[in-house]
Amino acid sequence: MTKRADPDRFTVTKDALLPGIFFALLVRWCVAAYPYSGYRKPPMYGDFEAQRHWQEITVHTPVTTWYHNTTQNDLEYWGMDYPPLSAYHSLLMGLVADWLDPESVRLFASRGYEDDSHKTFMRWTVFLSDLYFYATAVLCICIDAERVRAKETKWVFKRTDLSTILFLLYPGLILIDHGHFQYNCVSLGLFLWATFFIIAIENDVLATIFFVFALNYKQMELYHALPFFIYLLRKCFIGIPPRSKFSHIVHKFNKLAVAVISCFIIIWYPFTKSWDNISQLVHRLFPIKRGVFEDKVSNIWCFVNVFVKLKDVYTNEEMARMCLVATAAAALPSCIDLFLRINKKKFVLCLINVSLAFFIFSFQVHEKTILLVAIPVALHLPEDPFMCFWFLLISTFSMLPLFLKDGLLIPFICTNVIYICFYSICVKLAHPNSDFLSFFSANRIDKIVRPNQHENSVLMTLLSTNFFFSFICMIWLIVAAVFIPPPVSYPDLPALLISVFSFCHFVLFFIYFNYQQFSMPMCLPVPQKAKTK
Amino acid sequence: MITQVVLIVTAVKFMFIPLYHSTDFEVHRNWLAITNNVSVEEWYYESTSEWTLDYPPLFAWLEYGLSIVAKYFDPKMIKIENLNYKSDMAVLFQRLSVIFLDFVYIFSVKSCSNLVSNGKLLVFILLVSNPGLLMVDHIHFQYNGFLYGFLLFSISNMIRCNHLQAAFWFAMLLNFKHIFLYIAPVYVVYLLRAYCFTLSSIDGVHTAWYSFSITNFIKLAFVVVSVFTLSFGPFLDHLNQILVRLFPFKRGLCHAYWAPNFWALYNLGDKLLVFLLTKYGINIPKSEASMTGGLVQEYDHSVLPSITPSFTFIMTCLSMMPALYKMWCLCADRRYRPICFIRCIVVCATCSFMLGWHVHEKAILMIIIPLSFLSVLGDVDGRLFILLSTVGHYSLFPLLYPKDLLSIKIFLLLTHVAIVFGNVPALYTVETKATKKRRRRFMRLPMIGPFESIYIYGLILLCVYENMLHVAWGLDKTLPFLPLMMTSTYCALGVFYFWIKYYHYFLTFNVSKVPTFGQGTSSYNIRKSK
Repeated sequence: MTKRADPDRFTVTKDALLPGIFFALLVRWCVAAYPYSGYRKPPMYGDFEAQRHWQEITVHTPVTTWYHNTTQNDLEYWGMDYPPLSAYHSLLMGLVADWLDPESVRLFASRGYEDDSHKTFMRWTVFLSDLYFYATAVLCICIDAERVRAKETKWVFKRTDLSTILFLLYPGLILIDHGHFQYNCVSLGLFLWATFFIIAIENDVLATIFFVFALNYKQMELYHALPFFIYLLRKCFIGIPPRSKFSHIVHKFNKLAVAVISCFIIIWYPFTKSWDNISQLVHRLFPIKRGVFEDKVSNIWCFVNVFVKLKDVYTNEEMARMCLVATAAAALPSCIDLFLRINKKKFVLCLINVSLAFFIFSFQVHEKTILLVAIPVALHLPEDPFMCFWFLLISTFSMLPLFLKDGLLIPFICTNVIYICFYSICVKLAHPNSDFLSFFSANRIDKIVRPNQHENSVLMTLLSTNFFFSFICMIWLIVAAVFIPPPVSYPDLPALLISVFSFCHFVLFFIYFNYQQFSMPMCLPVPQKAKTK
Repeated sequence: MITQVVLIVTAVKFMFIPLYHSTDFEVHRNWLAITNNVSVEEWYYESTSEWTLDYPPLFAWLEYGLSIVAKYFDPKMIKIENLNYKSDMAVLFQRLSVIFLDFVYIFSVKSCSNLVSNGKLLVFILLVSNPGLLMVDHIHFQYNGFLYGFLLFSISNMIRCNHLQAAFWFAMLLNFKHIFLYIAPVYVVYLLRAYCFTLSSIDGVHTAWYSFSITNFIKLAFVVVSVFTLSFGPFLDHLNQILVRLFPFKRGLCHAYWAPNFWALYNLGDKLLVFLLTKYGINIPKSEASMTGGLVQEYDHSVLPSITPSFTFIMTCLSMMPALYKMWCLCADRRYRPICFIRCIVVCATCSFMLGWHVHEKAILMIIIPLSFLSVLGDVDGRLFILLSTVGHYSLFPLLYPKDLLSIKIFLLLTHVAIVFGNVPALYTVETKATKKRRRRFMRLPMIGPFESIYIYGLILLCVYENMLHVAWGLDKTLPFLPLMMTSTYCALGVFYFWIKYYHYFLTFNVSKVPTFGQGTSSYNIRKSK
């Protein structure tokens, strides 16, 4: 555990902070001007309709029946399948919608309600949630990243303004939340707050509470649960006084346990009237019968499915068991490493590894789930810009079939171009003589992170070449997916190619990040105090 | 860094493609159709659509060139009968044509910013990411970008003392869009003084009349006349028809949405007087004056005397005179010529904006764009630029009235304002111990005074009122045009203030204070500002 260096005195680079944040928000609104998923596509529409429908249900039906199939609540039509906090959020927005425009949330009558002013209202709800939960968390984390470091390690990616802009401009989240329409920013924002309390404030109780909130907003946050659990558990064994060992551990553990349990009770209280209610809720959250994956996901099961049709060989239960074993096996090494050699940087790496393991191996994965991996990677970006940037590009790219379906091709390209440009600006600021395409060179970027390094290494050159080819491949795949009509017998071919391509990358990244975690020493060099005038 | 900035701005422009576009889209589509289908002589007679061709010939030629490409996108687009035709391909083509023509603007900005030593990147970013152009060209739909590109080319050539090239670019510009006639007097006076008189004098009082060079004058006349011949030559027989189309004085004093100029204040005064007089029981002859009604038509003021086009014309000329005279004097010294020239463009553009007949709100860009360039060259220019860029761009908001564009325009403006407020003052503040110790006063914006700060904060209130309170209080049924009137008069106050201040500054400074190119006022590291 490292100590923070002089927490009270710090300066923050603010040169481009305000314009950058406004610009990031502008980009969100530009994307929001495009159609959402299922725009004018009856009868089922898409995620937008799902969110609107939940508002309708939560406003007009009693709490206990939200997750039940009743005459008023048809679970076949976008039934609730997120935890209660999500439902409360829907209720809150539904009440506002009911006040502004009652037609938009009228029970039954409002299905498929598509009005431009209502679209604007819904976009505003996402935007405000994003601003409130996600953008603030990003800002705090980036400020912290600059303030705790000694001067030598203050390279350009640690500058508050640049890291905030890069974080906020990550295209995947913008496109999914503001284009496709979802509220990932809330759960991810809560998750970021929890991480912030761990890596910056070291307040474990608050971290626990925020993580429980995140978990209760989307059950997908379970991907991050293991590292949090392990980290917090391990922290209970730290700083044990020589006497009264046992009571100290129990005391620390109890504090966290009480926090978790009381949060759960508060959030789930309306559903605790009967046991039936809770079991129904859990069933809704973990639908085994929906199959191992939907559409084309860049994980191993989809990859294997190309050769062996998994659905014919295994039943869903068998499949689920296999997934569980595989996921556990993949996630365990980095968890054990975190437990034995705990430190804060490892914690972020462990978040990446575990969530990536979940993404590759677990059951019922969507392509959007990659966001759960991408956000920790974006968190890690200042430490290892080259690989993280590459990963983030691939992660956005892996969702391309989804964006094509929603008609988000132009925003997809534009947000990526903007993201690459800002990254390139960062490189340029670190090395004034670099040009636009310098970001392909791993050596150059490595020199930003380690200024003492002077020689170019062969491995880095190899990596740069790989990145370059992978980038070219992405461009060709985009061109192919957009312009070449797929053969009639294989309509999914472009999507499949994209998912296999991304899957190969993800596996390599999984190995890479695991290697990074294992090679990181337990005791970080203590940063020297920044000199203050 | 310039590549990145250009790419970012272009990416944003691309994202605007499917957004709302105004009737100007149909106007330009119709012109594509006219130039492609009708023979050259008929261009200015064709009137199937109500949007007849009313730009000078070079613009028509440009449309002709575009229409050849347009065929490959969507051949139906260039049929005259297809009124209000918009397929996806047509929209894509028109938007792309604006985006690609904008590269002319970007090149010109590059050539201008290269002349600045201090804040080179800043001026590049300020000009390229100008929210007014983004809103007017890429959302509202017009082709202003490359026209301002021509203007900037002309200015940069003027600074480099390539007077003939500057004259050429400006003559071209006039033949693309005749609204730039407003600043033509500056060119005439400047070129006469700086190019036709070969001797300069330091004191600026005496003009060396004897140094008038006939050769230079003939060269200049040749350039200008040849451009005009090239443009109007094919239409010699129809000159009258063209002039009728180019200068339609049938329109009213103000546009449907009052541009924030002197006449907006004048109209407001008229309205207030009517209100007061009726309240005290004095009867006024009622004229059907729906000044804020959507239609462009002539109307009369009720209490105050009505304004005629010739009156505004005379007023505009009179208001420009002192500035032109001052420029004549300042031009005597070679070192300070170029900067006086740009300042005089700003002053004259403001004069015509304030007092002109049927001024469009978009014309404010003619002030803001040269002023953006000046903002890195002198602290007073910078200070007033901060004020005007905020107010001027805000006054463009009513152009994009659909509700879902509100957030886009707000954040466009905020991004630009943040760049301006963050970086322009940094050019002029020298870090000393005294300034470091002095804490910035609460809520005071950098570089500008307390009242100006309050005025700018007032814009926020105005925005909130317009978009939330006005509807929430249910006033949108009874007073639908009140927000528009408030915006235009409130902004008119700001522009008026700017006009007085800047005019005063231009008339009163003495030569020794003028900064020149290549000299910074303070050390300033180029910062990344976007």
